[in-house]
Amino acid sequence: MAASLRELRGRIRSTQATKKITRAMELIAASRIIKAQQRAQASLPYARELTRAVSAVATFSNVDHPLTTEHENADRAAVIVVTSDRGLAGAYSSSVLRQAERLVEKLRLESKEVNLYVTGRKGVGYYTFRRRDLARSWTGFSDGPDYADAREVADAVIEAFLAGVDVDEADTTLEPPDTELSPVDEVHIVFTRFRSMLVQEPADIRLLPLEVVEDEDSPDEGELLPLYEFEPSAAEVLDALLPRYVSSRIYACMLQAAASELAARQRAMKSATDNAEDLIQQYTRIANQARQAGITQEISEIVGGANALADATAGSE
Amino acid sequence: MADSPLQVELVAAERMVWSGEATFVLARTTDGEIGILPGHAPVLSVLSHSPVLIRDGSQTLVAAVDGGFLSVADNRVAILSERAALADDIDASQAQQDVERSEGDDDEAVRARRWAEARVSAAERAG
Repeated sequence: MAASLRELRGRIRSTQATKKITRAMELIAASRIIKAQQRAQASLPYARELTRAVSAVATFSNVDHPLTTEHENADRAAVIVVTSDRGLAGAYSSSVLRQAERLVEKLRLESKEVNLYVTGRKGVGYYTFRRRDLARSWTGFSDGPDYADAREVADAVIEAFLAGVDVDEADTTLEPPDTELSPVDEVHIVFTRFRSMLVQEPADIRLLPLEVVEDEDSPDEGELLPLYEFEPSAAEVLDALLPRYVSSRIYACMLQAAASELAARQRAMKSATDNAEDLIQQYTRIANQARQAGITQEISEIVGGANALADATAGSE
Repeated sequence: MADSPLQVELVAAERMVWSGEATFVLARTTDGEIGILPGHAPVLSVLSHSPVLIRDGSQTLVAAVDGGFLSVADNRVAILSERAALADDIDASQAQQDVERSEGDDDEAVRARRWAEARVSAAERAG
């Protein structure tokens, strides 16, 4: 009995230590979500102005740009998968990866060859374990991406996309890049959309060829875009605008993914803390019972011993 | 319309750097300098790496931009750049060091050097 009591106390202590750790991680994640949301908020003015500018050019000029042109016979696709660097975030990474697998499957059925671009150690680990080739991978910024990180990813996929342009159908000043990346005809991104603190869902969108989408932050309906003059020319403005627009979309996706990751981690750590509390309670009950049983046994042994002693002395008289 | 001041926003990818009213904005586009006074026609142009001047009365703000765009419409001026900083926030000696340290010819180094040079010239212009 005494041995198992000691064992139980040891277990309670170790669970308490685990609880402290998970609780700390929960609090850290919670405070970082706020920061991540602020960053997402801070990036909105840029995204909004950029979207305005792109829609202005798109409306007032009919310049065809390689980044907006559908490739003929599109049979190569790139998929950017945004995962986390660290685990302990519940099903966060696995649900993004599942979404990515679904998309890859769908693209394969359309007989497209798929190139993977992965950010986050978890995703890289997942694909290298399965011996799948990655076109490019980035790690180290999943819970706090900055714009330069998004820019790097954007540069790589734009390079691959432009390499897929047929030279004669292009009408641009951008030169077809000299690249070791295999050319692609479309680019998708898979990330986790941050709906609220409680709901995050994996999502995939097609980045390239571009369709200019106006989200909630676009100028009010009915507001007429002014008739802009373009300097030096509409085509050149577009050449400079569109790559930035792509980077800014990727940045927005990464920021959402970061907020989602932190929210998932906070939830996972909260339930771990709750579980630890339950366990501690259970163990404490069992330990108390064991202690009580020990005491009862000791008393009955003493009483038994005293009785036996009393009987013996009574018999000898 | 020409009497009301310009509403200027200086926006970087990660945050809004500055916003406020101004009477005059001077920027350098890839084609040459452009000065914006209230009532300017809508224009959308590509910026070079030179500093942007924002003047309100006697006060002048200088900002470093890393390329980007200038869009003007209805007395609203938006200066968009992936990276932007006000001259007052720039550590001139740090920027100078960055210029000296940024060696190499790959895209990354060229971009870093251009940004460092943009900050240096903005700091000089303001100082």
